[in-house]
Amino acid sequence: MSDARDAASPEQPARGFPRLRRAGLSGLLVSFGDRLTEPANRAALAFRAAIEAEDWLEVEETTSSLVSTFLRFDPLAVPHAQMEARLTRLMTARNWYAAPLPHGRRHWRIPTVWGGDLAPQLAEAAALAGLDEAAARAELSGTRVRVLTIGFAPGQPYLGELPEHWNLPRQTALNPQVPAGALVLAIRQLTLFTSANPTGWRHVGQVAFRLFRPDAENPFPLRPGDEVTFTDTPREAWERMRAADPDNAGATWEAIG
Amino acid sequence: MSAELIVHSAGPAVTVQDMGRPGWLAEGLGRGGAMDRLALSEGAALLGQPETCAALEMGGMGGVFEVTVDVEIALTGARMAARIDGRPIAWNASHLLPAGARLEIGAVQEGAWGYLHLAGGIATEPLLGSRAAHLVAGIGRAIRAGDRLPLGAPASTGRAGLCVEPEPRFAGGVARVLPGLQADFFAESERARFAATRFTRDMRANRMGVRLTPEGEGFMGAAGLTIVSEVVMPGDVQVTGDGAPYVLMTECQTTGGYPRIATVIEPDLPRVAQAPAGAELRFTFVSLEEAVDAEARARQDRAGLKARVRPLVRDPAEIPDLLAYQLIGGVISATDPPQE
Repeated sequence: MSDARDAASPEQPARGFPRLRRAGLSGLLVSFGDRLTEPANRAALAFRAAIEAEDWLEVEETTSSLVSTFLRFDPLAVPHAQMEARLTRLMTARNWYAAPLPHGRRHWRIPTVWGGDLAPQLAEAAALAGLDEAAARAELSGTRVRVLTIGFAPGQPYLGELPEHWNLPRQTALNPQVPAGALVLAIRQLTLFTSANPTGWRHVGQVAFRLFRPDAENPFPLRPGDEVTFTDTPREAWERMRAADPDNAGATWEAIG
Repeated sequence: MSAELIVHSAGPAVTVQDMGRPGWLAEGLGRGGAMDRLALSEGAALLGQPETCAALEMGGMGGVFEVTVDVEIALTGARMAARIDGRPIAWNASHLLPAGARLEIGAVQEGAWGYLHLAGGIATEPLLGSRAAHLVAGIGRAIRAGDRLPLGAPASTGRAGLCVEPEPRFAGGVARVLPGLQADFFAESERARFAATRFTRDMRANRMGVRLTPEGEGFMGAAGLTIVSEVVMPGDVQVTGDGAPYVLMTECQTTGGYPRIATVIEPDLPRVAQAPAGAELRFTFVSLEEAVDAEARARQDRAGLKARVRPLVRDPAEIPDLLAYQLIGGVISATDPPQE
């Protein structure tokens, strides 16, 4: 993670945040910013944990996105005004932007084939970032990124933030289909597709690690707050790891607190 | 012999569905479940069983089925031509399906999604708390010829020959909406135009979402495509790059970056789901209080379904679809017991 970025995002709320909004009849959303910053992401994770800890009976589900905490509740069991008052109290109870990261985080090393036939847009993305392909591969495979949120599809992580030169816009023309395990890049983030999808992000790497394992004891291996290094792996070695263990495909992890 | 449903043929969009698996949003897995949950409740009321029982959802086309033991069944949702051993049977009704008899369910006649319920429910192995196929997430698969689905033990018997009047929802109409999460990305005039516009349900519709074609110009949000990805829920009306609204449905992704102008309240989602291609849909903004009242009424209505189940009396004046009854070769009597 870039120190320069952290210095540019002070642990103070942006103007007008945190902000509480209604999302449909049974959803409430507390946002900690209108764009991704590391403190806003940390705030969203901590605020979700705080709502879970309150254990309000009427709350049916919570989740966090990049910069927001969402809760779904039963509006017939408790009026909106009361639920919103509870949330407002919690929002002002502390400086969420200075909250620590969750406990039980892990650092994953996931074998990745960068570029080549499996990930045909590394060179293009590198050029847009002002690098040659070898430099991009070295930088991206050596960068430890954090799982900012899990969303879109089961177990699918959004990771970041990459340094500013990776602030690449999404492509206006969609990639008609990238396969499961595609590591794609845009707007200083990486995401790893759980299943085949069209995307406007650039396909820079390929992993075989399975993000959703419906029949496993733990179907969702990655959690928000985990950190990941996408280790540069030769194609042949990567194929061998995938054949030996289709779920993990050579990925390992260690606890980081 | 163990009770099983044997599938001889199936349309392209037949899946096992129930009320879905809420609680996995944080893991990126949406609730999923039946497109028309009310149809599940209606089937459960007919068969006198919990609405959590899994049924077969049939998009556009049914299939040919058989059971290994006598089973009471119910048909709800979008009306489809149905026959047992060649004899037409009524929709929104329950029937006895004898072991070995041939149940044929044809093309949809009104609406989009039909449901075949079986006493005891479909008893496939639950995954993360639900039997519902969630094809986008890679859970389960479409039903196909040769499948044999286990059935649970019936909660009650003697439920054949009953009917229930469905809430009308099979031809489009008006869906009530609340302002969407990014409603303020759209000018007041755009929101007013949204509420005044007639939409046609596009051919492009599936369990993820229903695309709508506006009769006039598309809708444009101020912030365009730059908003930060945020949680999405079924019912959200997102506006994509070409300005056409898209109502997210049960199998939608859990986050999305397109602005949402409105969100359809849950009681009106079956109406959106069941609007067939070409049907007209409109949206009307309601206040939060009106939305809460609508939800309370919808729950009361669902709870009252069992009391509205009545015998399938063959009085032509009461039968909405005479073609579902065999008029040839017999005198229709209002007093005859249902012939099952």
